Amino acid sequence: MSIYLSLGQTALELGLMCSLTVLALFLSYSMLNVCDLSTDGCFTLGAAVGAVVALSGHPILSIFAAMLAGMCSGFITALMQTKMGIDSLLSGIIVNTGLYSINIAIMGGSSLLNMNKTTTVFTMVKDLLKDTPLASMSVLIVALLAVILVVVFLNFFLKTRLGLAIRATGNNPDMVKSSSIDPAFTTIIGLCVANAFTGLSGVLLSQSQKSVDINIGQGMVTMALASLLIGGTIVARGSIMKRAMGVVLGSFIFRLVYTIALRFHMPAFMLKLVSSVIVVLAIFLPYLKKQWPNIQRRMNHGKKGGR
Amino acid sequence: MLKLESISKTFNPGTVNEKVAIKGLSLHLKKGDFATIIGSNGAGKSTMFNAICGDFLTDSGAVILDGKDITFMPQHTRARQIGRLYQDPMRGSAPGMTILENLALAAGKGGWLSFITRSEKQAFAEQLARLDIGLEDRMDHPVGLLSGGQRQALTLLMATINPPKLLLLDEHTAALDPATAEKVLKLTREIVEEHKITTLMITHNMEDALRMGNRTLMMDSGNIVIDVEGETRDNLTVSDLLEQFKAGAGKEMLNDRILLQK
Repeated sequence: MSIYLSLGQTALELGLMCSLTVLALFLSYSMLNVCDLSTDGCFTLGAAVGAVVALSGHPILSIFAAMLAGMCSGFITALMQTKMGIDSLLSGIIVNTGLYSINIAIMGGSSLLNMNKTTTVFTMVKDLLKDTPLASMSVLIVALLAVILVVVFLNFFLKTRLGLAIRATGNNPDMVKSSSIDPAFTTIIGLCVANAFTGLSGVLLSQSQKSVDINIGQGMVTMALASLLIGGTIVARGSIMKRAMGVVLGSFIFRLVYTIALRFHMPAFMLKLVSSVIVVLAIFLPYLKKQWPNIQRRMNHGKKGGR
Repeated sequence: MLKLESISKTFNPGTVNEKVAIKGLSLHLKKGDFATIIGSNGAGKSTMFNAICGDFLTDSGAVILDGKDITFMPQHTRARQIGRLYQDPMRGSAPGMTILENLALAAGKGGWLSFITRSEKQAFAEQLARLDIGLEDRMDHPVGLLSGGQRQALTLLMATINPPKLLLLDEHTAALDPATAEKVLKLTREIVEEHKITTLMITHNMEDALRMGNRTLMMDSGNIVIDVEGETRDNLTVSDLLEQFKAGAGKEMLNDRILLQK
């Protein structure tokens, strides 16, 4: 029993921390209609900046530094696609590539940083809860708190005039231009906010694992998209709050499936293939459903009585 | 109110696809003018609208709105003073957002981080009620669920919710069924008259062209070939107009859509 409980807790912790990246994509992909491929690098950037700041003895500051770093990365990605005429997918890929060098530079030329004895927000909460029954749940508590804050923020942010403008930019850019809003401005703000969450996600995951590896963010965008699409099938419509919570749930389900698969001796390196397959299925199945009547029509065409 | 000073625009200059869309076009609209525009396909009607709205920079000439030179003003900055409706009812509103949210964006009241207030919602409901198509009870429905006519009526309200200095209507009823088109035209007239908005309306319906507004322009090959108003216009019939076009442009105004509506 306890093993399932701890499995569930691990999935919940990972799901929650990664759901921050999923929420970032909820903003950039679902709302702004920009597929931000700099997510992988930005996730690592958050982790690297957070680690360096935490190692220098500022655990609280490390969180904000990571978010600020993510915001800068988002700003550059947005600037490239709105002001420099670079295609949005391409600008994401370019920033992602560039961030690899920057991340190693931030980590002082090494590709691995260890935080075994470093004070982080997680160790701080753990110390705070010492001798209480909640002590073993410090990671969960921090992650949950971060997710709640981000979901509540998004819920309010997307209802402000700026938030509405960001949603309209993704929904109908023509209309935005004719409502005297600069779509470049809304894209820049949207990507800055989204990437701040990606950075936050990175710093939390790395600090809970007590190490940063240069590859920590690899495949993050696909995993986040998989979670986003799972969440989208659970809560297809409704208020922003409901959809954002659906997205967090999607992230948890993704991690749960993965954790269970690991339990059944699926090798850990399969994770990325699994997430790729989920993304393909999540996009392909609705497409197939739409095409199905046509396919049926074709198949029946040759048969007797089918004409 | 609006002054176009010999504006020109050539697309794809220097290539085989070179197309002179407007050529030294000048136009002066007085405040409160409601001019209808007719002309065959490719006459430069929409291109003129695009030039006024700043979709592209004209090759030469100047666009002056209310005494201010807006030739180089970015598109979204001009949009504050220019309302625009397209033929496609889907173009003017965001389908994934609710009627209320669309209106709030168009109204653009308050700061970037402000929310839609209760009194604003009340005001929107009152304005929607005036359209008389039952939208006031569906303010929390996504716009994507509305019919073309409803969407175009909503877009009209959105474009005029802060009365613009200039309203550009690009065949905004052409994609609607006749009854709905009539209703939207009636609304257009009411709103324009109420706020005394200077308006340009492109139409393929010659009857509408003479019936609506106080001035009629006919375009051909990127220029205005006929410009009538006042008594001359009142006495004009559709066939007169077609004849005048023949005399002015030196060719028949051949267009199935126009002929069918004769």
